[in-house]
Amino acid sequence: MTYALVVEQALNGLQLGVTLFLMAAGLTLVFGVMGLINLAHGSLYMVGAFVCAWVAGATGSFWIGLLAGMAAAAAAGALIEIGVMRRLYARDHLDQVLATFALILVFAEGTRMIFGAQPLWLDMPAALSGSVTLPGGAPYPVYRLAIIGTGIAVAVGLYLLISRTRLGMRIRAGESDREMIGALGIDIRTLYTVVFALGAALAGLAGALVGALESVQIGMGEPVLILAFVVIVIGGIGSVKGALIGSVLVGVVDTMGRIGLPELFKLAMPASAATQFGASVASMAIYLLMAAILVVKPRGLFPVHG
Amino acid sequence: MFRTVGAATVALGMALSGAQAQEPVKVGMITTLSGGGSHLGIDVRDGFLLAIEMSGRSDIEVIVEDDARKPDVAKQLADRMVQLDKVDIMTGIIWSNLALAVVPSVTGQGTFYLSPNAGPSQLAGAGCSPLYFNYAWQNDMLHEGVGAYMKEAGFASPVVMAPNYPAGKDAISGFKRMFGDDVNSEIYTKLGQTDYAAEIAQIRASGADSVYFFLPGGMGIAFMKQYAAADVGIPIYGPAFSFDEIILGAVGDAAIGAVNTSQWAYDLDNAANARFVAAFQEKYGRMPTLYAQQGYDTALGILAALEVAHPSDAAAFQAALEAAEFESPRGPFAFGPNHHPIENIYVREVVAGDGKPTNKLVGIAIEGHSDSYGADCKM
Repeated sequence: MTYALVVEQALNGLQLGVTLFLMAAGLTLVFGVMGLINLAHGSLYMVGAFVCAWVAGATGSFWIGLLAGMAAAAAAGALIEIGVMRRLYARDHLDQVLATFALILVFAEGTRMIFGAQPLWLDMPAALSGSVTLPGGAPYPVYRLAIIGTGIAVAVGLYLLISRTRLGMRIRAGESDREMIGALGIDIRTLYTVVFALGAALAGLAGALVGALESVQIGMGEPVLILAFVVIVIGGIGSVKGALIGSVLVGVVDTMGRIGLPELFKLAMPASAATQFGASVASMAIYLLMAAILVVKPRGLFPVHG
Repeated sequence: MFRTVGAATVALGMALSGAQAQEPVKVGMITTLSGGGSHLGIDVRDGFLLAIEMSGRSDIEVIVEDDARKPDVAKQLADRMVQLDKVDIMTGIIWSNLALAVVPSVTGQGTFYLSPNAGPSQLAGAGCSPLYFNYAWQNDMLHEGVGAYMKEAGFASPVVMAPNYPAGKDAISGFKRMFGDDVNSEIYTKLGQTDYAAEIAQIRASGADSVYFFLPGGMGIAFMKQYAAADVGIPIYGPAFSFDEIILGAVGDAAIGAVNTSQWAYDLDNAANARFVAAFQEKYGRMPTLYAQQGYDTALGILAALEVAHPSDAAAFQAALEAAEFESPRGPFAFGPNHHPIENIYVREVVAGDGKPTNKLVGIAIEGHSDSYGADCKM
């Protein structure tokens, strides 16, 4: 592997990592604060992408689409929190999984009814569509750098929100003892709705950003959701810091594995077999990583409760 | 006066005699109308129904059902159509794994199956059946077309890329059958993968002079957009599956310049094609894809055979299907001994179009091409 390839792949891994962080942050907050497993988080990602593509197509501006996508995802999140999730907090995780899985189906079918079965077309904004030259000489899309920048900004923003603001204080309090903050007179229902909508907005942001790179289509959220679950399990369920570290770890391991493992196996077997075998092992790499981490730290890297 | 009417009636009766005076024909179509990849099924259905409508025949009943791309659903629907609805002919399946679940049992129960799309090697070789016909291609054929074209064009070291699943491996072996084994490198991606940044970096670093890829559906959309944004500058080639008119609409200008192979092109210059494209656009208000042409041809094949025999007379109807006496929009068309097409594989280039890019016919990759599994077929 050349220097240029390593630099480019490191950035690709980082970009995948911050995208996963946008998903995982909401997922882990919702689990940490409310104890809720939300499988429908991937659907909120899809809502963000579809609304962004649709509004961008109608107005001609990616930025308006991006804001609309975030707003729509937040609104959809608030709606399902009030309409469905509230009834599930007291129930066990199996009921939550069942109900939120049903939401996946509802969102997928609803999206198909509104937007049709065809993938939508979302182009990246002209201002970000060029490329810059990396050290090592390879050109790299500005848009992917912008995603990395956005992800870092969101991580810093979340850190400040949680550690420095009143809302953040309540979120932390809700994580450690939800009965007590209710007893202290804090409107726990509103807090839950706000946290859920915040997580949904981040998922919508991720969907809209990635939608311009990939195709905006039904079911686009579920593969990302699975990775996001791996991330929060690695990072420690409920920990935003864990989600950040876990995301970058998963992003880099996945990206490097896809290139590195086939090369590695080529040392020991014929090229054609090595690429097939390497590709198969690479697609398992992050799960192997998760298993290895759980052996050493069964509650993830940054366990929250106890 | 009465005599004239009587004579006209007799004449009409004679014209309708033979095949058409027999009982009506039932066609069961199972195809993918919902979920990912549904635009393939929708176009097959629309092309098929268009040909039936244009024929003006009212004695053909078509039952259409959605398999949602699930093999178990397709199997259940097929059993119901064969046993309960007692259809004479089955058609419609898009995906090879569904076809393998359905076709052997349909033909095993003595019902004709005419494939408008899926052409897995098993059904072209040892698993062939006298009652099975394919109106599209054997799966490898378009990949072989790309291989032949790129070799002809003088490329020496392509990167070849496909998802790590059976059809992906078949695609690469089909490509190499014509191009030769001497490629720059092979990349296998995860099925359903949507981010290709790692692969694009690898392609850039490979020193290849060209890229051949097979990434059907959403995977291809994602790859092409990212590939164009990454400014790699190495020309890309692939089968038409990644470049149909619907996908080009989603990819946008990023696809311009890509070259792909197809058994058909909407700008092929022949009368049957002009008629098909005009009728399809008038009825559905969009440009037909290769899938629409495949559905259309499947119906033309049935219509032509019905002029000679009814499916209840299996031997006669099979012979009539084999003759394939119809004008295909793709130009020359005939069946090989394993009931798979002998046809031209055309080369198309993606060019800027009206609002979205479109395909332009640029030449022929392989003339009169047939698949390489016929030798294993013992009917």
